[in-house]
Amino acid sequence: MIWYEDTQRLRQEVLRCMKCGNCQAVCPIYQELRREAGVARGKIRLVEAYLGGELPATHGLERRLDLCLTCGACTASCPSGVRFDQIIISARAAMIRERGLPIGKKLLFYGGLRNRRVVKLGLKGAYIVQRAAFRRHPFRKAGYPRLPIGLDPRRIVPEVAARPLVEASPPMRVKKPVAQVAYFAGCLNNYIYTDIGHSVINVLAKNGVEVSVPREQHCCGIPCFAHGDLDLAREMARSSVDLFWNQRVDAIITSCATCGVAWKHHFHELLEGEPSYAEKARALAQRTFDVAEFLVDVVGYLPPQGYLQRKVTYHDPCHANRILNIRRQPRAILQSIPGVEFIEMSNPDRCCGGAGLLSLTHYQLSMRISARKVEDIKRTGGEVVATSCPACRLQLEDALNRFGTDTNVVYVTQLLDEAYNL
Amino acid sequence: MLSPVFIRNLKACLGEENVLLDPEDLICYSFDAASGIPPRKPGAVAIPRSREQVSEILRVCSRHGVPVYPRGSGTNLTGGTVPSPDGIVLSMVELSQILDIDAENLTATAEPGVVIDKLNKAVAQFGLMYPPDPGTVATCTLGGSVAECSGGLRGLKYGVTRDYVMGLEVVVADGSIIRVGGKTVKNVSGYDLTRLFVGSEGTLGIFTQITVRLVPAPQARRSMLAVFDSVDKAGQTVADIIIHRVVPATLEIMDDITIRSVEAYTPVGLPVGAAAVLFIEVDGYPEVVEREAGIVRDICQTHQAQEVRVAKDEVERDRLWEARRVALPALARVKPTTILEDATVPRSKIPNMLSAIKEVARKYSLTIGTFGHAGDGNLHPTILTDASNTEEMTRVKAAIEEIFQTALSLGGTLSGEHGIGIAKAEFMEWEFGPAGLDLMQRVKKAFDPQNILNPGKVVRRAGD
Repeated sequence: MIWYEDTQRLRQEVLRCMKCGNCQAVCPIYQELRREAGVARGKIRLVEAYLGGELPATHGLERRLDLCLTCGACTASCPSGVRFDQIIISARAAMIRERGLPIGKKLLFYGGLRNRRVVKLGLKGAYIVQRAAFRRHPFRKAGYPRLPIGLDPRRIVPEVAARPLVEASPPMRVKKPVAQVAYFAGCLNNYIYTDIGHSVINVLAKNGVEVSVPREQHCCGIPCFAHGDLDLAREMARSSVDLFWNQRVDAIITSCATCGVAWKHHFHELLEGEPSYAEKARALAQRTFDVAEFLVDVVGYLPPQGYLQRKVTYHDPCHANRILNIRRQPRAILQSIPGVEFIEMSNPDRCCGGAGLLSLTHYQLSMRISARKVEDIKRTGGEVVATSCPACRLQLEDALNRFGTDTNVVYVTQLLDEAYNL
Repeated sequence: MLSPVFIRNLKACLGEENVLLDPEDLICYSFDAASGIPPRKPGAVAIPRSREQVSEILRVCSRHGVPVYPRGSGTNLTGGTVPSPDGIVLSMVELSQILDIDAENLTATAEPGVVIDKLNKAVAQFGLMYPPDPGTVATCTLGGSVAECSGGLRGLKYGVTRDYVMGLEVVVADGSIIRVGGKTVKNVSGYDLTRLFVGSEGTLGIFTQITVRLVPAPQARRSMLAVFDSVDKAGQTVADIIIHRVVPATLEIMDDITIRSVEAYTPVGLPVGAAAVLFIEVDGYPEVVEREAGIVRDICQTHQAQEVRVAKDEVERDRLWEARRVALPALARVKPTTILEDATVPRSKIPNMLSAIKEVARKYSLTIGTFGHAGDGNLHPTILTDASNTEEMTRVKAAIEEIFQTALSLGGTLSGEHGIGIAKAEFMEWEFGPAGLDLMQRVKKAFDPQNILNPGKVVRRAGD
């Protein structure tokens, strides 16, 4: 049994909470809702009540446990070191064991995400109908919904790429490569932000790294994990581990903070009960790097020569910052580009509000959180926000557009790629 | 249980979405940061957004005789915000506007739901400061801290919340709105109700506006840490600093158990063999700070401090204070239950109090770590125990009672800054005697004849 399924461990962890309420100071959701159920302390009390039999597994409990960005800010600042990041997943998992997945998530996870071909087909379909269903944004590669399809009419949704990245990236041969790596693109970079994907491949190649992009790669399964469906998450973890174990490469490169966390932490945690898999997952975790980390700390990337006169600020994705400790490397890359004026925003580590499905299920709340981020970005006067996660880019593009600024959002390697090509 | 008619009336004043009734929400408002107080769910949670709504709620509650339990961020340590099923929680967090910063009169006026840190950031732009800084400064509300008369680390030089509240707008039990005090430094008109409301823990009225005094922010500060091999030497140092007419902003002490727990939790380089450490910070004009820091260092050395560290810059200052900041969480890690007390004695009695606490720990075979505000006599003996061990909890209760009695016999008080709440209500008579307590009960009755304002806290009445 793994941590996330061990009710006894969960019970011990919630008992460690002193109920001091310090999490109120850092929880982005609490800052908007100002209700006890919105913050870690309140939810810990709810989990306590649930485990103690005082509160049954109600829909109301499920709804309140949904109210967490999994940004990890409370865990990072907890004076008692309570692992709320683990509590929330374990509690969601316990609820699912008792109540099953809610129908919407069941359809999404089992009807869609689980199967690579279904995801591919679905997005192919989306590509075909998107011109009809969405009105194009004047300059962003995104559109507004034309019809009431359950999306806010002011929301912009990025365009689906004509071809997934894995189909558009033939294996690249580099003479005397300094390293051979396999690139795990992640769904967003594979199907939507292929520009990020290509920039990752380009900058690695430029530095003498041979990149392969395994075609059969599939979702890392974190959406299922985050919502407590550990069985499906485990199934998907196994398939990723199987595929990449056979790649015989020096490293696995990720360019999505959340996928990175999956590879570095959650795969081996999930597979703990299956020794042969767990061992492989741990070995792969050792060899997994965020692309900026790999460029800065492992290969020692070539300083770019091209001059990019741009004011740039950087947003720290929660999972990159608090779990992977990626802060220094992306900033180092940005600051090494000639002409770039790097301006630190205030609270760069505050959640952008995206948080996966939460931005679909609680769009208004998620936008309120983003509004604060937009203010911090605007105050820098920057023309470009760089970040290290496509999910943050998705949220930031929408929020910046909604709150009336045409600041561009890019992944760190996109700027580096551009500077290399000048 | 609350009647459907009452709930309907409540919803009529606040709107459906500002009245919480789901069991999941009620559970979230059943507790505060006090340990050892059993949680109790309220009948409902009401979230007003204006003083008119607060007044309206109190009108409805007094008509129905429904108890009102006001609450800010729920960070208090004595159960002062723990409600009961026949009453409602009045969550004040949505009244959170800073209404006025008056740099000319050195005052700020704010609604009770403003978090103190936010107020301090706002006044800092004017070069001013609101000195009370309870440990929860980043989370606790102004209203809550006025209701509890919070102290903090700067009590020695700057005093406590009471010394800064100049005026209040209060909704009283029947829903009327009154104003007491104001922006003037001098004000002797009538009874000083402002002072009576401060620290009343929500039992006399509900604040809807608070006017506080501000002071110019100090231009410089210097922090030091001094290590001693005996508690007495540390105590003598504290006394000697004051005798030399230096009033540090902060003068904190930590005992051996706390030192060892801190080192085990985050190694910050405290000598684990030490008996006590003092954290001292002087602030003011740079020249004065320089001179006072020198005097303090000399005094520490005169009393054979094993080591005196002076922070050279802000980074070193933060590192130095880290040890003090983690004192409570470090102690909390040792055992499942942490009971934090705040019995307070005159500053000169600190060594007596420290040795009395050691004696109590020995007598009842308990682990008690003590840290706190040596400069103002406010210690935090922290009992490390396990609530599931009923036998040990009996000893804990006896130990707490003995600590209170010792504090009182040394000329001190039950609570320096945490308040009475539920946790200490039963001991009030020890401090005030039957006549004193009776007078307080009559004051309570004059303000709240129906006993609907946070009943069962501070002064209990028959039937609570």
